[in-house]
Amino acid sequence: MALGDLANPSRFLAFANRAIPWLGGLTVIVFAFGLNQAMLAPNDYQQGATVKIMYLHVPSAWLSMMAWAVMTVAALGTLVWRHPLADVAAKAAAPIGGAFALLCLITGSLWGRPEWGTYWVWDARLTSELVLFLLYLGVVALWRTVEDPARAARAAAILTLVGAIDLPIIKFSVDWWNTLHQGASFGLEGSTIYPTILFPLLIMAAAFMLLFATLQLAAMRNEILRRRVRTLRLMRARTAS
Amino acid sequence: MMAAIDHLPFIVGSYAAAFVVIAALVAWVTIDFRAQRRALADLEMHGLTRRSAGGPAQRSIEGAKEKA
Amino acid sequence: MTPLGALLIRDMRISVRVGGGALIGVLFFLVVVALMPFAIGPNLLLLKRIGPAILWLAALLASLLALDRLFAADHDDGSLDLLLMGRAPLELVVATKALAHWLTTGLPLVIAAPVIGLLLNLDAADDAALVLTLLVGTPALTFIGMVGAAIAVALRRGGLLLAVLVLPLTVPVLIFGVAAAQSAFAGAAPFGTAFTILCALTLASLVVGPFAAAAALRQEIE
Repeated sequence: MALGDLANPSRFLAFANRAIPWLGGLTVIVFAFGLNQAMLAPNDYQQGATVKIMYLHVPSAWLSMMAWAVMTVAALGTLVWRHPLADVAAKAAAPIGGAFALLCLITGSLWGRPEWGTYWVWDARLTSELVLFLLYLGVVALWRTVEDPARAARAAAILTLVGAIDLPIIKFSVDWWNTLHQGASFGLEGSTIYPTILFPLLIMAAAFMLLFATLQLAAMRNEILRRRVRTLRLMRARTAS
Repeated sequence: MMAAIDHLPFIVGSYAAAFVVIAALVAWVTIDFRAQRRALADLEMHGLTRRSAGGPAQRSIEGAKEKA
Repeated sequence: MTPLGALLIRDMRISVRVGGGALIGVLFFLVVVALMPFAIGPNLLLLKRIGPAILWLAALLASLLALDRLFAADHDDGSLDLLLMGRAPLELVVATKALAHWLTTGLPLVIAAPVIGLLLNLDAADDAALVLTLLVGTPALTFIGMVGAAIAVALRRGGLLLAVLVLPLTVPVLIFGVAAAQSAFAGAAPFGTAFTILCALTLASLVVGPFAAAAALRQEIE
């Protein structure tokens, strides 16, 4: 099947129906392998066993940024090509990205408690992640404010693009602000990552990516169905009157 | 012999939090899917289909409805 | 007179006449700053230490509250449709409106800031640094907030949604504005570094804001 065929919502639904079970199964297998590797991985000589939290924290952080990238591409699709499937992709990615940003914050603060002695430090990485989480909440709130999906899609697309420009600037400012206020860096990651720790991390990252792909496809399928229900209900209301 | 793992509650807590968040996402997607499919089936039972989904016969029925 | 000049004068006239509410922003600014000592105590050393931060936060909230009406009033009376159909490029039209908005709500804040700074025990050098950062930084707040205002009016929603969408985007302006304003304190960054980055942020927002706001408003005519 050509990639262009997927642009048709009906073909996309057929593709999603076939792909979701396979992707889901693959996600479970890779997760099982990754968790196994993470358990077997050696402890860090400085941080001890708490380094195991990294296998959740870092992939969540990566995914939370990747989801915004997906939304940015979808936003271009919405504004430039006016493609309804781009609207669907952007809407589906927002809550998923937000959930991973939240997971990154939770695991980060649980990791911080033994390392820093407190659940929250205004560390540069955690602080930018918090702002990213707030931006996700704003996008989700925007989607939930407007009933007409096409109208909401364009507004959300503009916000997403402005966010995509602003996010690197926020990251830079927060880093600068952090060094200004606390001199020494409190970085969570060590200076070098050993291969014995890196390998499980990469497997876990792959598992998270597959999980994201599965959830994204499933959420897009739901959204397409939701729009069909909406269209049919509008039709029924029109014929009834 | 396993040595006692330091800060075990925090590690277990992180994995539990990850489990809860991922389970919530999966549950959201699944429940939503069931709800939308049920709504679609319900609408189709009342004789409503999308124009592009139905055949030519379906289309003429829809057209008649539109005129009526 | 060019159409854009006419628009600038019209918007400024509307905001200063009865019902325009240009000076409410300054009043809000004053009230917020006056409430702060009741929350954190009248310790003059502490107030001097966090004074620039208080003034910057108050300015951020004041300019955000006033932004709600930037396009909403024009939308309500139909003049927004005329602006959308007019021959002047929409990007320049919204930039002009934002400029008029800043001149009537942002600039009064900057003028009031040194007087209010005295209440927080800021000395002349601190006050000067603060006024300069507000002068350079508040246009960025207006031009970033304009995007949220345009989205809000296109969706016919306003108020809190605008704040939720815009406030996280203003983090860089807040960081560098406060950092430059606090540069007089020991251990802080040199004034020049933070101030030049603040200028860069403002220039970037002057470019990005009008395009994004115009794109959001174009949904109105579709």
